Amino acid sequence: MAAPSLFPLIAAGALAPLMQSVIIRTKSVVAGRAGQPLMQPYWDIWKLLHKGAVYSHTTSWIFQMGPVVGLASVVFALTLLPFGGFPSLSAFSGDLVVFAYLIALGRFFTVLAALDTGSSFEGMGASREVTFSAFTEPALFLALAALARQTGQLSLSLLLAAVSPGAWSHAAPMLSLTLGALMIVFLAENARMPVDDPTTHLELTMIHEVMVLDHSGPDFAMIQYGAALKMWLFATIIIAVAAPWRSGNRWVDTAVGLMGMLILGIATGLVESTMARLRLLRVPQLLLVAIVLSALALAF
Amino acid sequence: MTISLPSFHSGEPVALASVPCLPVRQFRAEIISAVHAGSTLTALFGAPAENSEIHLFGVLADSISSSLSALSAKVNEAYPSLTVECTQAHWFEREIAEQWNIEPQGHPWLKPIRFHPPYRLSGAARTPLSGATEFFRLDGDEVHEVAVGPVHAGVIEPGHFRFQCHGERVLHLEISLGYQHRGVEAALAGGPNKRAIHLIETLSGDSSIGHATAYCEAVEGLSGTAVPPRALVLRGIALELERIANHTGDLGALAGDVGYLPTAAYCGRIRGDFLNLTAAICGSRFGRGMLRPGGVLSDVDANLAGELSRRLDKALKDVEDATRLMWDAPSVQARFEDTGAINAATCKALGLVGPAARASGVERDVRQDAPSGIFRFAQIPISKWNTGDVFARAWVRWLEIQRSAVFVREQLASLPQGPTRIAVSPMAPAYLVVSLTEGWRGEIAHVAITDDSGRFARYKVIDPSFRNWMGLAIAMRDQQISDFPLCNKSFNLSYCGHDL
Repeated sequence: MAAPSLFPLIAAGALAPLMQSVIIRTKSVVAGRAGQPLMQPYWDIWKLLHKGAVYSHTTSWIFQMGPVVGLASVVFALTLLPFGGFPSLSAFSGDLVVFAYLIALGRFFTVLAALDTGSSFEGMGASREVTFSAFTEPALFLALAALARQTGQLSLSLLLAAVSPGAWSHAAPMLSLTLGALMIVFLAENARMPVDDPTTHLELTMIHEVMVLDHSGPDFAMIQYGAALKMWLFATIIIAVAAPWRSGNRWVDTAVGLMGMLILGIATGLVESTMARLRLLRVPQLLLVAIVLSALALAF
Repeated sequence: MTISLPSFHSGEPVALASVPCLPVRQFRAEIISAVHAGSTLTALFGAPAENSEIHLFGVLADSISSSLSALSAKVNEAYPSLTVECTQAHWFEREIAEQWNIEPQGHPWLKPIRFHPPYRLSGAARTPLSGATEFFRLDGDEVHEVAVGPVHAGVIEPGHFRFQCHGERVLHLEISLGYQHRGVEAALAGGPNKRAIHLIETLSGDSSIGHATAYCEAVEGLSGTAVPPRALVLRGIALELERIANHTGDLGALAGDVGYLPTAAYCGRIRGDFLNLTAAICGSRFGRGMLRPGGVLSDVDANLAGELSRRLDKALKDVEDATRLMWDAPSVQARFEDTGAINAATCKALGLVGPAARASGVERDVRQDAPSGIFRFAQIPISKWNTGDVFARAWVRWLEIQRSAVFVREQLASLPQGPTRIAVSPMAPAYLVVSLTEGWRGEIAHVAITDDSGRFARYKVIDPSFRNWMGLAIAMRDQQISDFPLCNKSFNLSYCGHDL
């Protein structure tokens, strides 16, 4: 196995907010607007880092730990992922279970921090988040299990490296089903349409946004940055499965990976531009589809 | 026990002496039996009388004969509430209790609606704190309460919403308003003066034309002014342009609330195109300064009429394209259909007005039921639907946009010649006039009563929002709390129009 590389982590750290920009720009273009500058998410994070944070008297240390653990868990999860020919920082047999639980840990603390405020809005958001993640987690596990079964690998790095054009030629149905499930998980985990509306100002309809309403300043910067990294995380897996070409040249493969990010960003923007959000009651049905797809992939 | 009440039309003055003053029990019985027989309670309010008594007035509308009738009663401290037997009186009686310090005995939910000190003080003046009141509460371990507002996340008016929920399901919603109370009715008493028309035009900013029309017709009725036909047509055009612009904005906002960007992105701009037509006529996008008692201050020449028609057609084409996307999108229709439905019986019981009522199949439209001005000569078909849900309220708006556009186009092509304004003579003393206008939200009712010197002794304003807020609360029962913003937008009620 190749020597561990910091590159995937650096690429994610530097470019993740840009992917969100791509989505926003796509939506702006479709709506006929010029859109915000591509660098705006970076300026926003920079601005938030220079602000003070406000803490309610009713909150405890858990409220302040939420953003820290949320960001840290995503960064750790990122160390398990390779990107564009560069191997991951760490890899070991069974790390895909660690990967899934790191995401769960981040969510757990975000939810706890939301409940800590005692606000009815945040409680509602926490309840929705936990309900929906009860559907996305099995879908993610089953999808990873299907990939593990197909490739015979239990480490994310090796597993993703083993998905190749050759694998697509003899296991296309199984990989397509997995990809479908991962796409739904991607939209749900990152609070995108049609599951959540990242641009709404209506607290009563929010899922992810409403849980972080009370965070401000550097805490909120961590949340924003963590959300961008989390999207990059899921996108990396999807691209590795969907575009498994390996040229052998790391920089060419990195370019393919970045092109994949761009395409996925535009695709997400187009989904958000062309369909309405699902009624909240219908969201579990969509997530069940992800579970069914990944379960079928595992059975194939 | 039925007596014959004076029958009159919207904008037709009635001598106060001919309005029967009944014992309060008979007053109550007359209103209840008329409402049970199908009439609508257009207004129920108090006015100061001699000996610190309060003169209660009731105005009933009979849509079949297109006529109004009025009756009154004198009360002092208390009277038996009508609400128990006539739900339409619910909000009116809460208003009477708050304004005049009178107790409607047996009222099921008597509490302030605007939180201001009473006009008639007895004992120490209380200045209640807005929103400081007892709310309906559900008990139980699994019930939770969600309080929203009065400060909201968007740039909207203040209002407090208290939800009793079981999980995501709303069992009950209580709405508490009054944060925008400015005392408009009190300021209008003793008028008209130079400020009056400006108070009226800003009663509810997006209904400037609607309220100004009702006010002008009230003053013209009391003074016996025959407005020139050209002015009537221009008023009608302005009223329908106001309707088209606001409905377009609402359709865009509804799309925005379900996260459907294409329609949301364009309707905001197209609303501006329609508002600019009003601006081209009178210089103000909201029609401020256009209507005055006796006529209108702005004229439309042949060139402008042609240009307005052209721009109207273009904007209408745009709104058709933008909304077709929404009507054709299954993901949008899945959100609109079966959300926040109210049936026709509930609509009638609550006395809902405007698109909200017509969406439930209730044929209620002042332009047909009690037409005044140009609508006596040019009819616009009633737009209605029968499902009473968010879709119906959206669809009725779209139908009205199209029909109003046809009306505006026809009127622009056949503007009558003549002056646009004539002088207004003094108002008759001791008269009452009821003037109704179909604003874009629904029935706007103004009731003016003059004193012995021909000034306003009482000027009562009933904005459609005053009637419809309760409809929103009822529409939310058994709905998902996440659908509240959508339901709210489908009613799109005015806070300041309610709070006055």
